Amino acid sequence: MAEDISPRKTVSVVIDGTPVRVPEGTTIMEAAEQIGISIPRLCYHPSLSIAGACRVCIVEVEGMDHYLASCHMPVWEGMRVRTNSPEIRQARRDIVELLLDNHPQDCQICERDGNCELQNLAYAMGVRERLFAGQRKRPQVDSSGHSVVRNPEKCVLCGRCVRVCAEIQGVHNLSQHGRGFTTVVAPAHYAKMDESVCIQCGQCVMVCPTAAFLEKSSTEIVWQALADPEKHVVVQTAPSIRAAIGEGFGMPPGTPATGKMITALRLLGFDAVFDTDLGADLTIVEEAHEFLIRLENGGPLPLITSCSPGWINFLEKFYPELIPHASTCKSPMSMLSTLAKTYYAERKGIDPKKIFMVAVMPCVAKKFEAARPEHRMPDGNPYTDAVLTTRELIWMIKCYGIDWARLPDGQFDPPLGLASGAGDIFGTTGGVMEATLRAATRLATGKGVDRIEFLEVRGVEGVREAYVALGERAIHVAVANGLTNAKIILDKIATGQERYHIVEIMACPGGCVGGGGQPYPPPGVPVLDKELLRQRAKALYTIDSQKTLRKSYENPAILELYENFLGVPGSPKAHELLHTSYRPRLPRGIR
Amino acid sequence: MNSPTRPLTSTDNWPEVEAACRRILGERICQLIDEVRKDPRPESHLITVLHQVQAEFGYLGASHLDAVAQLMQIPAAKVSGVATFYHYFRLQPRGKFLVNICFGTACYVKGADRVAEKFMSELGVQLGETSKDGMFTVEACRCLGMCALAPVITVGEDVWAQVTADRVPSIIEEYIRRAKAT
Repeated sequence: MAEDISPRKTVSVVIDGTPVRVPEGTTIMEAAEQIGISIPRLCYHPSLSIAGACRVCIVEVEGMDHYLASCHMPVWEGMRVRTNSPEIRQARRDIVELLLDNHPQDCQICERDGNCELQNLAYAMGVRERLFAGQRKRPQVDSSGHSVVRNPEKCVLCGRCVRVCAEIQGVHNLSQHGRGFTTVVAPAHYAKMDESVCIQCGQCVMVCPTAAFLEKSSTEIVWQALADPEKHVVVQTAPSIRAAIGEGFGMPPGTPATGKMITALRLLGFDAVFDTDLGADLTIVEEAHEFLIRLENGGPLPLITSCSPGWINFLEKFYPELIPHASTCKSPMSMLSTLAKTYYAERKGIDPKKIFMVAVMPCVAKKFEAARPEHRMPDGNPYTDAVLTTRELIWMIKCYGIDWARLPDGQFDPPLGLASGAGDIFGTTGGVMEATLRAATRLATGKGVDRIEFLEVRGVEGVREAYVALGERAIHVAVANGLTNAKIILDKIATGQERYHIVEIMACPGGCVGGGGQPYPPPGVPVLDKELLRQRAKALYTIDSQKTLRKSYENPAILELYENFLGVPGSPKAHELLHTSYRPRLPRGIR
Repeated sequence: MNSPTRPLTSTDNWPEVEAACRRILGERICQLIDEVRKDPRPESHLITVLHQVQAEFGYLGASHLDAVAQLMQIPAAKVSGVATFYHYFRLQPRGKFLVNICFGTACYVKGADRVAEKFMSELGVQLGETSKDGMFTVEACRCLGMCALAPVITVGEDVWAQVTADRVPSIIEEYIRRAKAT
C-alpha cells in the first residue's frame, strides 16, 4: 500500500456486471467484497501476506486467456471480471478435488469434523465424489511436543502456518521443505516441535484450515483422573474461558458464561472449582511489590510481565539478554496450582499427592509450562497435572451430554475462588497492565483517590504506549500483543532507545482471548479477526465493571492467604512457592 | 542499556553461539559470510554461501545449516527449506564410493530398476542416500552413452557392464575389499 498521503487514484471496474470504483492497488477479491461478493478462498487470510498458493479464488478476466487468482491480482482501469459461471465453478471444484486427492478421507474420525475449513469448502464447491485414487503422501505425525501436534498428512500446503509464525509471531519456526509431491511443512531439519525454536503459542493451530496442526490432547488423562476414586480432582479456569466458552454452544461471541461453566465442571465430576483469577490477583500483589522494589533500588527496569508462557519461551530463545527484566513471579495458573497443593491441601487436610490439578486455559503453551521442571513439588510431581484448552473442555462437556443452555449459574469454591475484576481482565491485552497499575498506584501513594480504570492501555492494537501518574512521578508503560509487535518494544529496550518502567507482553494477538486453545471462529469469520477479539475482551471488561471488588489487594481471600500462610508480599515463603527463574535456551532464535 | 543498573552476569548467550558457529564453518566460509553481510540484503546470498559450504565439507549437515542461519541472521527454517528444495544440495555426506546406476532408456528397459532395488536393499538406503557405514552413496543418473553395455553402472571411475541384480552383492564386496586393502 502507498505510504504517501496524497489521495490515491481510483479505477473503475465491472464485476459480474456491476460497476464499482476502487482505489488503485485494490485486488479483485477486495473489490468484489465491496459489492457483496465473497469469492471462495483457502490460503488467503486478511491478516497475513498473500500467497496465491491454493488457486481456489480464481476468476475470469476479460482479455486474459487463463483464470487469475483474485487474491493477489490488482484491478486495472476498465477490467471486466466474472467470478461465476458453470466453467469457473467446475474449475474451482476440480482444484478442491485435487487438494482432497492427497488428503485422508477420514472426516468422521477427524478432530476437526464439523469444524474444518477444508470440509466446508469442499461442501460449498459441490465436491460429492472422489474420482481419482492416486498416490498419497504418508509423512509421519510428530506428536512428541507438549503443546502442538503436527500431522503433515492432512496438510494442504496453504502456507498459513508458515506465514502466521513468521509475520505475526516473528518466530519463523516453520518452512516448506522438499519439493513437489514430497513437500512437507516442518521446523528446520524436520525437527520435533519442542526441539526447534517453536514457542508453543499455537497460532499455527488456530490458522490451520485442517487438522494438520492440533493441540496435544489431555482429555484422556483428565477423564481417567475424574474416574479415579483415590484422586481429589480440582480445576481452575482462566478468565478467557468464561469469555469464549459460550461460542462452543451457540452463544454469540462475547457472552460471559462464568456461571454455566462452573456448573458444567461440577457435573463433569470435579471436586472443587477454583478461579485462576485469584492467581492473577496474587500475581498482581507480588508483581507490584517487585516493581516498587526495583523502582527504589534502581532496576532492572523495565519490569516485563511473565504470565504468558509463549512470551517466556520467546524471551528465553530470542531475547535471552532481557531475562533479568522479566518478573520472577510465576503465572497465575502456576501460582494457583502451587497453592492448591500447599495452602488448600493443608487447610482441608488432604494429602497433596492425591490432588490432581487440572487447568483450563485458552493457551497451548500452558501445557508446556505445566511440564517445566521448575514447576514441580519437592517430590518431583508437577503442581499442574493437566492443562485443557477451551476447545477440549467444550468437547468434554458435549461428550458428557450436558445441556448447556439449561445450566443454572454456579459459584467458585473457597478458598481459591474469590477474585477481583482486576483478575478477570488478565485475559485481554492491556489487562495485566491495567490490573498492575490499579495496585501500583495505590501501593506507591499509600492512600488517596485510586484510579480503577486505565482506558489508555485498552484496545486490541498491536503496540500501545502511555505515561501514567504514579504518585509524584510519571511512569512510561508499554503493551504489546503478538510477538512481531513485541519485538518493536523489545528492540527499543535492548538498544536503550527508550526507557520504560513496566511492559506487558502477550504472545497471542489480542492477548489470551486470542490464544492458541480458544474456540475456532464461527464459519465466515477469519481467525485472528479483530472484532471477535474485541467482543471477547468486552466480555471481560463487562465482568470487571460489574464487580464491586475490582482491586487485587482488596481481595479478602488474598488478604487471608497472606495473613494465614504467606506472611507479606515478597516473603521467603512467597518467594519459595510463587516465584521462579528463567534461563537462555537453545536453539537460539533469529530476530 | 537503559536500566540504571546492569545485572552482574549477562544472560545473553550470543557470544558463545557466535563463537561455536564460526568454529563449525571455518575461516574461509566465515570470511565469505562477513563479506556478504555488508550488502543491504545479505539473505539474497544464501544459496551462494550454501554452495561454498557444500564445496568445503562435501555436504550440508544440520550443524552447518544452523551455523549459516545464525551468522547470516536468516531463520533456520528458511535455510533448511532452501537446502532441502534443491536436489544439488546433499544433506548427507557422500560415501567413499559413489554408485551411479544408469536409468537411460536402454538400461531401464534391460532392468536397471531391479539393479537399483537390489543396491538399495543390500545397503539399506534410498536413492541419493549414503549407507550408514559411510561407504556407499547410491544415485540414479541419466544416459551414460554406453547403451550396448546395458545395464550399466559406474562406481567412482569404474564402469560395470551388463549388471544384473544377482551380481550386486559381489560388486559391493569387491569395493569393501578394496577399501580394506588401502
